[in-house]
Amino acid sequence: MSYVKPVFSHPDLPANKVGYRKRDYEGAISTLCAGCGHDSISGAIVQACYELSIEPHRLAKLSGIGCSSKTPTYFLSNSHGFNTVHGRMPSVATGATMANKDLLYLGVSGDGDSASIGMGQFVHVIRRNLNMVYIVMNNGCYGLTKGQDSATADFGSISKGGSQNHFQPIDLVGMALELRASFVARSFSGDKKQLVPLIKLALSHPGFAFIDVLSPCVTFNNNVGSTKSYEFIRDHLEYPAPADYVPKAKEITVDYAAGTGTLVTLHDGSTLRLDKLAGDHDPSDHLNALRRHHEAVANGEILTGLLYMNKESETLHQLFNTVEVPLNSLRETELMPGTAALEKINQLFR
Amino acid sequence: MKPTNIQDPEYFHKVVDCQYACPAHTPVPEYIRLIAAERYTDAYMINWESNVFPGILGRTCDRPCEPACRRGRVEDEPVAICRLKRVAADNKSDVLDRMPEIPEIKNGKKIALIGGGPASLTVARDLAPLGYEIHLYDEWNKGGGMMRTQIPAFRLPESVLDEEVNYILDMGISTHFNTYVSSLKEVLDQDYDAVFIGTGAPKGRDLHLPGREEAGPRIHIGIEWLASVAFEHTKSIGKKVIILGGGNTAMDCCRTSRRLGGEDVKVVVRSPFNTMKASPWEIEDAQSEDIPIYNNMPPKEFVVENGQLKGVLFEKVEAVYDEKGKRNLVPTGEPDVFFEADDVIIAIGQDNAFPWIERDLGIEFGKWDLPVLNKTTFQSTLPKVFFGGDAAFGPENVITAVAHGHQAAISVDLFCRGKDLWERPSPMTNLVSQKMGIHEWMYDSAVVSDIRYAVPHADKKKTLTNRKVEVELGFDQQLGFKEAQRCLNCDVQTVFNTSRCIECDACMDICPTSCITFTTNGKEEDLRGRLLAPAEDLSQDLYISDILKTGRIMVKDENVCLHCGLCAERCPTAAWDMQKFFYNVTKASSECLTPIPA
Ligand SMILES: Cc1cc2nc3c(=O)[nH]c(=O)nc-3n(C[C@H](O)[C@H](O)[C@H](O)COP(=O)(O)OP(=O)(O)OC[C@H]3O[C@@H](n4cnc5c(N)ncnc54)[C@H](O)[C@@H]3O)c2cc1C
Ligand SMILES: Cc1ncc(C[n+]2csc(CCOP(=O)(O)OP(=O)(O)O)c2C)c(N)n1
Ligand code: SF4
Ligand code: SF4
Ligand code: SF4
Ligand SMILES: [Mg+2]
Repeated sequence: MSYVKPVFSHPDLPANKVGYRKRDYEGAISTLCAGCGHDSISGAIVQACYELSIEPHRLAKLSGIGCSSKTPTYFLSNSHGFNTVHGRMPSVATGATMANKDLLYLGVSGDGDSASIGMGQFVHVIRRNLNMVYIVMNNGCYGLTKGQDSATADFGSISKGGSQNHFQPIDLVGMALELRASFVARSFSGDKKQLVPLIKLALSHPGFAFIDVLSPCVTFNNNVGSTKSYEFIRDHLEYPAPADYVPKAKEITVDYAAGTGTLVTLHDGSTLRLDKLAGDHDPSDHLNALRRHHEAVANGEILTGLLYMNKESETLHQLFNTVEVPLNSLRETELMPGTAALEKINQLFR
Repeated sequence: MKPTNIQDPEYFHKVVDCQYACPAHTPVPEYIRLIAAERYTDAYMINWESNVFPGILGRTCDRPCEPACRRGRVEDEPVAICRLKRVAADNKSDVLDRMPEIPEIKNGKKIALIGGGPASLTVARDLAPLGYEIHLYDEWNKGGGMMRTQIPAFRLPESVLDEEVNYILDMGISTHFNTYVSSLKEVLDQDYDAVFIGTGAPKGRDLHLPGREEAGPRIHIGIEWLASVAFEHTKSIGKKVIILGGGNTAMDCCRTSRRLGGEDVKVVVRSPFNTMKASPWEIEDAQSEDIPIYNNMPPKEFVVENGQLKGVLFEKVEAVYDEKGKRNLVPTGEPDVFFEADDVIIAIGQDNAFPWIERDLGIEFGKWDLPVLNKTTFQSTLPKVFFGGDAAFGPENVITAVAHGHQAAISVDLFCRGKDLWERPSPMTNLVSQKMGIHEWMYDSAVVSDIRYAVPHADKKKTLTNRKVEVELGFDQQLGFKEAQRCLNCDVQTVFNTSRCIECDACMDICPTSCITFTTNGKEEDLRGRLLAPAEDLSQDLYISDILKTGRIMVKDENVCLHCGLCAERCPTAAWDMQKFFYNVTKASSECLTPIPA
């Protein structure tokens, strides 16, 4: 059993714009089961951050408890991190984002962590439109505690032990759409071609970006009869519209601009291209997103891709009109403006 | 691309870069692991099987394996493969009981070997155990050829040479030393069933410049001079010595001069430093013995006064390359340079010479007066005469002579048995899983990050005063272990089983050097461009799987795979396995040792 990764990397893999190589975005060697979908998602996060040229120290990763919540150890080892208690990652994330608006926040959670014990936290963080990416590594079970059915296990899905699930699942995507999360996407751990651009988009989105990633638990929920197995997911995937991330530095070619696709410009000037030919899905159309999603659920399909994105999304910071800088950089002079300023404020209440 | 045919032994052989590059295809990683396991005798025998002279080569090999070593592609320096071979030789126990048995009853065939260098000795080594009666002729009083007459004792102690030469001569070889063969016809007139010619490239080039004749005895031809030092006919040299030439012979001449009384020893080469033919390590060793190397200075004249050599006059040039990339040495116009010298050694190359082979025997000679040979069988145009070593295609090195010897021995054996020389034995191969437990391997899969260890040297004060004191001390067991650990075990192959793969991406994600990609198939050029990391080294193969369930294929670029086994460890279905590939070039070893009917 290997405990450390070799230090060598591919000599021809270039450094990104900020001088980091892909290996610089990796973490410790994973202790998850071999073949766990969560590891692939970690791989996609590494790839996305490398491609986005994010300086590792500009990102904070937060998680709860679970195999999924362990993954921050396995990526971005040069970034900040906070492993919270079970289901409480959103609270810590809220505090962190409010204290330091300069960092990018990447929350990682599981279906147990978010849809069971952390459900209350999950719905409220959506409401607040906190500026963060929230990834649920959704395997339909509590992997870490040996595979009990979770709240996202589908009705009728058969567990490894052979028992059938009699409860209706909590549909995290449906719920996020219902709550008007400003960014809602769904993907599959085994499809990096889709997942990497989605993570990049989410990281560029101002406000709460939710990605529900189906992620098979090879050990406890990859059996025949499970609806969260590699095979079942692959057989039921639906792609409404492949998304492609075009960084702002890259010139948008005439092809793109005048082509049949829809171009969505993000806050940092980068562009999302949606290929119209592959579907007629407009991710800014909230009602349509809801309808498509529910149709897919009714048809037993798994609709993946970017389902909804609010182009006018306003983050909590914008709503609160918070100071421009991280709180810890405020000096005494700003925090204690003196009696004259106090007098001015007091005047307002007279 | 078509799925890779891993049944073809050459596919995995090529992945073992060092072994593939070794002319004798020594199973390098296998012996390196044995050294790490302190199984020195086993490591020695693996070498001895392939390259016949592990102790000699562990000190002197030209090491074509090292530039090929994969480690050199992921960090600065390759594994010190050559010097590890010496660790095996230095630390082995008695190997006599592991030597092949020599049958008492001979097979009835008699072979003559002309020349006693590594090529002939290899033929003897391969054929004696098969019952051949072997007669070896050499003009000197002992076997070894240029390994004895040319390679100086401070690089190769006589005891090491004697030991390994004697392992072969003790196989019942009839030696005819002090015998210069002056007529091949006379040899052919005797009752030999086949003749192998391994007489090397024994003629050193001269340099005919003004003053050459007058300076006479103070100007020496490098290889003649080295031989005369080796046989102790020459015991001293003047204080000021100039060596002309930039190859390994020049390096041996200048370093030998330093030991025979030369104090101001210079090497002067006509072309730029970076085009010198000598191996970088030989140049380094010369420089560390305070021998300066002057470049871009072709000699013009040997300056002689009153019949006495005074020195050499040099022109100053620079290298200019024309549109076709051809180099011209163009005078810079600077004044000529004069260096004083008591002696000058000319080391500008060797030629083949076969004055003793009559030209009417049916042996055709071609370009540069080299025999016309079949490159695979080493057979000349006279069917019973075979060539090998430097005598075959011009001067090379010991390991090439050994490789030729093995192939020539196969041909001689087939020839004597009346068989088709093209029905050559296939290599012996084996592929064995290294799995011991879920995540445990039978080899040390961890990749160390140590940089190459330097071989310790003896004190210069000691080595420069006695030409027989070996300069390199060799790695001791501890250093040998550490250096051995740098080997990436390229023979432990990553073997992929398409039907088991569930396409979870685990191997692709974990691979530290981004070797693995799952993608749609395409033409090679197209595929190479769209892998996780660009696959630009065309000499390195792509391993292509069959079509997977999603319609994609697995592509692995072999180029910088560390053989760390992580892909196989992270694979949930054991679609990847680490399997040790053993490849041994088959030597002449006929099925039976029964007498061959006349
Ligand atoms: C100065 C020098 C240093 C070298 N250093 C190295 C080194 O460090 N590493 C390396 O790998 N290679 C080295 N080489 C090259 C290497 O020595 C040769 O490539 C190798 O020895 C060739 O082997 P061979 O069996 O073909 O012939 P040789 O070793 O040349 O042996 C041929 C023998 O045949 C004898 N012979 C020739 N004609 C006759 C005849 N008519 N009758 C009887 N005997 C005859 C010769 O005297 C000689 O003993 C060096 C060469 C030189 C000149
Ligand atoms: C407060 C609390 N309750 C219960 C647990 C036990 N527990 C640990 S992980 C886990 C479920 C994790 O499931 P999920 O979030 O889906 O992660 P997975 O392992 O499936 O990736 C539970 C219930 C705990 N650690 N803390
Ligand atoms: S138990 Fe399941 S979720 Fe946890 S590491 Fe193993 S495969 Fe992944
Ligand atoms: S790493 Fe080892 S096995 Fe691989 S090429 Fe180098 S010496 Fe040979
Ligand atoms: S052994 Fe596997 S994981 Fe290791 S470098 Fe080679 S392909 Fe990559
Ligand atoms: Mg789970």
